[in-house]
Amino acid sequence: MSWIVRYLWLIPVLPIVAAGISALLQRERRRLSATLAIGSMGVSLVLALMAFAEALSEPARQVVNFPWMQFGTEWVRLGWLLDPLAAVMLVMVSFVGLLIFIYSLGYMAHDDNFTRFFCFLSLFAGAMLGVVIANSLLLLFMCWEVVGLTSYLLIGFWFQRPAAAAAAKKAFITTRVGDLGLLLGMVWLYGQTGTLLFYDHGAGCLEQSALAGMAHAAAAGMAVSTAIGLLIFCGAVGKSGQVPLHVWLPDAMEGPTPVSALIHAATMVAAGVYLVARVYPLMSAQALEVVAWVGAITAFFAACIAVAQNDIKRILAYSTVSQLGYMMLGLGVGGVAVGMFHLITHAFFKALLFLGAGSVIHGCTEEQDIRNMGGLRRYMPVTFATYAAGMLALCGFPLFAGFWSKDAILHAAHGWGLSRGPFYLGAVGALLTAFYMTRQVCYVFFGERRVTEATVAPASVAQHVPHGEELEPIVSARPGEVCAVEDPHESPAVMTGPLVILAVFAVLLGFVGTPAWPWFQSFLAGQSAHLDWAGFGEPGLLSLMVTSSLIVFAGLGLGWWLYGRKPIEHATDLDALERMQPGIFHALANRLYVDEFYNATVIALARFAAAFSAWLDRWIWGGAVWLVSAVVTGLGWLDAGVDRVVVNGGFDAGCRDLARGGRLFSRLQSGRVQNYLRVIGGALVVLAVLLLWGRRG
Amino acid sequence: MNPLAGCLLVSALLFSVGLAGALTRRSAILVLAGIELMLNAANLNFIAFWRYGTHIHSAADPMTGLIFVIFSIAVAAAEAAVGLALILAIYRHARTSDVSEMTELQG
Repeated sequence: MSWIVRYLWLIPVLPIVAAGISALLQRERRRLSATLAIGSMGVSLVLALMAFAEALSEPARQVVNFPWMQFGTEWVRLGWLLDPLAAVMLVMVSFVGLLIFIYSLGYMAHDDNFTRFFCFLSLFAGAMLGVVIANSLLLLFMCWEVVGLTSYLLIGFWFQRPAAAAAAKKAFITTRVGDLGLLLGMVWLYGQTGTLLFYDHGAGCLEQSALAGMAHAAAAGMAVSTAIGLLIFCGAVGKSGQVPLHVWLPDAMEGPTPVSALIHAATMVAAGVYLVARVYPLMSAQALEVVAWVGAITAFFAACIAVAQNDIKRILAYSTVSQLGYMMLGLGVGGVAVGMFHLITHAFFKALLFLGAGSVIHGCTEEQDIRNMGGLRRYMPVTFATYAAGMLALCGFPLFAGFWSKDAILHAAHGWGLSRGPFYLGAVGALLTAFYMTRQVCYVFFGERRVTEATVAPASVAQHVPHGEELEPIVSARPGEVCAVEDPHESPAVMTGPLVILAVFAVLLGFVGTPAWPWFQSFLAGQSAHLDWAGFGEPGLLSLMVTSSLIVFAGLGLGWWLYGRKPIEHATDLDALERMQPGIFHALANRLYVDEFYNATVIALARFAAAFSAWLDRWIWGGAVWLVSAVVTGLGWLDAGVDRVVVNGGFDAGCRDLARGGRLFSRLQSGRVQNYLRVIGGALVVLAVLLLWGRRG
Repeated sequence: MNPLAGCLLVSALLFSVGLAGALTRRSAILVLAGIELMLNAANLNFIAFWRYGTHIHSAADPMTGLIFVIFSIAVAAAEAAVGLALILAIYRHARTSDVSEMTELQG
């Protein structure tokens, strides 16, 4: 075993240590905090690349397990592992993470809580890397929860905004619902196999002996492993924003944009997909069927909603939900390699899109509504070019990264034996993806710059503004016309640099997994890849590629025809779709009322339960407690009365009598010596008389 | 009347005179003198019983009563010295030797 496997734990621990040190720094130590975060992330990236090289030369899985603590007679063991799956994720997370850290330097440059931001980012990155290398469901769960915590902290980073605070809480609570399933699955798995280690030289819970022990039926015709797999999938549904727990992800866009890029596009939401890929041996055909359907429905559903959103980040958020659905679909119908390939390519181009959106927002002085932008390609050429690359990759434009990975998923779905439904949902989703991305790009970058009353709505001024120094002089001069006077500007190099790097990957990354040279898929399977043009000759593959390209072109064309041909001129103009189908558009713009539905059902129920519990607490339990306390108080009062009247009175009377007796007797003690002598003499006489008397008697 | 009865009668008289003196005199010195008289009445009793007592003198210690009286007189002398010293001390403190005025120790 090489040293890199033995010291693999350094990769997650370094950023966590950096976060710990950052947490203790003063707020003014901005440079040190950023240096720590970026430095630790850079070292982690180097180590991850070494681990990747190790996995390349030695594709077999290598694990290191160690006993952690004892309870009862059992030792809880944790461990880490290195296999191609983990190696790919390690490189992706640390590389994208590093780029986003660097980008944050520019984006957060003017924020007061810069130090805290980098502390949270490092903690997040460390925990995420921990999820990736964990060889124990327990260790994975711990890191998973730290990831959830940092997600909460980062979404609520600008907690002064009520919306951000609410979004943070929503994200935390919604993912907890899924994590409950994961926890139950974990407990059940432990009960069944007695270990939570994934691989333990034949004794792990994902290995043959354990899986064979879980093949018997549990309930409703499901095998135990299916039930456990579905429970674990619940955790993935929460974390990866699948229907029906997707509601938190769009709201999470209240966080700073680098956070959205890092957590809610590239890494954290991918953790759910990674989890399913990791426990893939546990997933029976039935469980995978559920995974595929959930993924397909999410892919379609979120793409529909994205069509009618106006917030630049919210569109991307729904797009993320949709793409995560594709990944789940890929896992469900095609296997680990298909889903993971899309995860990796998506991480790059979605991080690119988010960072590009951040650059747009940064350049437009915190404007997020695409109706108030327009014509930005002239002001921000680099951002425009990179954003376009990311957008084409996301749409699945031929030869871009997204094309290859999405095509693999569609191909697998097409060949799925159980149903064609997921394939059609995925294909329509692809059309919608191309359409809404075209719509967004047309709104943001094409046409003329739209400056209207809506631009200068007081809300956008009153919002928390992280870069005050650009804004303040203008605000003080003419408070109503922020965007009107200041032209959008290109972002600094520290922000465009990562964009360019990510754009290169968004264009080229797909070539590591083409049908002719399936290096990525072979690598995950532990085989060596070779170039073979016959890969395209697989039946149905080429026609499917052509079809999906046509779908993409149709989406792009439709989007251009509706939005690019004649861009809207005023921010208050109606959307093209809104003019045609106002009912559908409004339903979509309101996110198909899912939030309202949850408000009316789950949350109302929870509120009622809370109110009922409060009532119970206040009147029933509170009443019982009050009664007991009243009885005790009464008894105490009675006791005090008895004490005062009987005991105190009795003692007082006794003491008074004693004192009186003392006074009486003290009179005998007159101090006159002769009196004493007189008494003695008298007593002597009496004694003598008595003696004499007695003698005579 | 035998000699013993005569002695005891004298001794009783002496004791009564001492007691009366101790009880009635105001001066502390005279009270002390009364007490000395009572003590000497007791000594006289010792001698009388030694000389005329009914019991047989043992040959081993023919002098018991005599020695007793000598001791008693010595103790009385010491007692008188202490008593006079006390009276002097009290006089210095209270500027009086009138026992009826010395009532500070009353309860």
